[in-house]
Amino acid sequence: MTTRIVELRRGILKKNDELAAGLRERYAEAGVLVLNLVSSPGTGKTAFLERTLRELKAHGARVAALVGDLETDNDARRLAASGAPVRQINTHGICHLDAEMIDKHLAGWEGVELGGLDYLFIENVGNLVCPSSYDLGEKIRVALLSVTEGEDKPLKYPTLFNSADAAVITKMDIAEPCGFDRELALRNINEIRPGIRIFETSSKTGAGMGEWLAYLAEERSLRG
Amino acid sequence: MHELSIVSSVVETVMESLAPYPGARVVEVRLRVGALSAVIEDSLQFCFGIASEGTPVQGARLVVTIVPVVMHCAGCGVDVELKSVQSFRCPQCDAPCFDLRQGRELEIESFEIDDGLETTGGEEIGVKA
Repeated sequence: MTTRIVELRRGILKKNDELAAGLRERYAEAGVLVLNLVSSPGTGKTAFLERTLRELKAHGARVAALVGDLETDNDARRLAASGAPVRQINTHGICHLDAEMIDKHLAGWEGVELGGLDYLFIENVGNLVCPSSYDLGEKIRVALLSVTEGEDKPLKYPTLFNSADAAVITKMDIAEPCGFDRELALRNINEIRPGIRIFETSSKTGAGMGEWLAYLAEERSLRG
Repeated sequence: MHELSIVSSVVETVMESLAPYPGARVVEVRLRVGALSAVIEDSLQFCFGIASEGTPVQGARLVVTIVPVVMHCAGCGVDVELKSVQSFRCPQCDAPCFDLRQGRELEIESFEIDDGLETTGGEEIGVKA
C-alpha cells in the first residue's frame, strides 16, 4: 500500500463563514443593526427580547426578530405580541442557528425587508456552547446570564463569553433572594472578556433597560 | 453537541477534495482545533465514525491537534500563550488581554489517501510514500 498526503488547510466552517460574510454585507448595505442573543435555556432571552422590542417600538424604531428553537413556535407567538414582525426558525434537533438558516428565513419573510428595519434581533437556540462557532453575520453578539445561574458561567463557557460583544445579566429583580454575588459575576465576565459592556437588567421591572436601549441606539448610529 | 455538524462538514470537504483521486480511500484526516473552539475531541472522534460511514472516509484515523490560545499583550508588546482559558490575562504582566491571535481554529490540515496505485498483489504491510 502506498499512501500520499493531501494538504488542505481549510476552515471546517468555511461555507458558514462565507455565507455569514455575505449576510454581514447585506445588513450593512441595508443599514440594519443585527444582534445575536445567546444564552442557556431559561436565562430569559425571550422575556428580555420581548421588553426590548416593545420599548424600541415605543420609541418609533423599526424592529424585527428571528427566533430559533428546536421545536414549537411558542417564542415567536410571545414575541409577536410586541407588534414587531417575528419569524420562528425550528432547527428540529440542531443545537444552534447557522448562517444558512438565517439566509433562508430572511428570504420570503412576508412584509419584512432588511432595508425597512433599524434593528434585527436573532434569538439563538438556548445553548452556551454550539452557537459560539457559528457566525450569523451579526454586528453584536450578546451573551446573557441570569442571576439564577452560577456566577462562574463565564469561566465554564469561555468560548461564548470571549466571543461576545456585550453581556446582559437578566432577572436582577430576584438577585437578592437568589444570593447572587454581583461582584463575582462581573469579575468573572471581565476575566474572560476584559472590558466588555455589561448590562444588569430586569425584564420584569425594566431596570437597566434605559442603558441597554441607549447602547443599541449608539451602536446603530455608529453604522453610519 | 455540534460536533456531528462539524465532522459532517469535514467528511463533506474531504470527499469533495477526493475528485482528483478516483478510487482512493482515506486513511487519515488531520484537524487543527483551537483550545477556544468549544469542540470536544472525544465527541469529534465518536461522531467521525458516524459521519464517515458508507463513504471513502470510513475507517480513517482522525488526528486532532489542539492549538493553544495566543493573545497579544499590548503592555508587553508580544504574543503570549494563555495557560488556561479561565483567565484572559498576560502570564507575564497580569494585564487583561483583548486581542486574540490564535485559539479559535477549526481547520482541516490535511488528509492521507491510499489511491490503490503501486499496490503489489497480496502484500499486507504498507509503506508510507
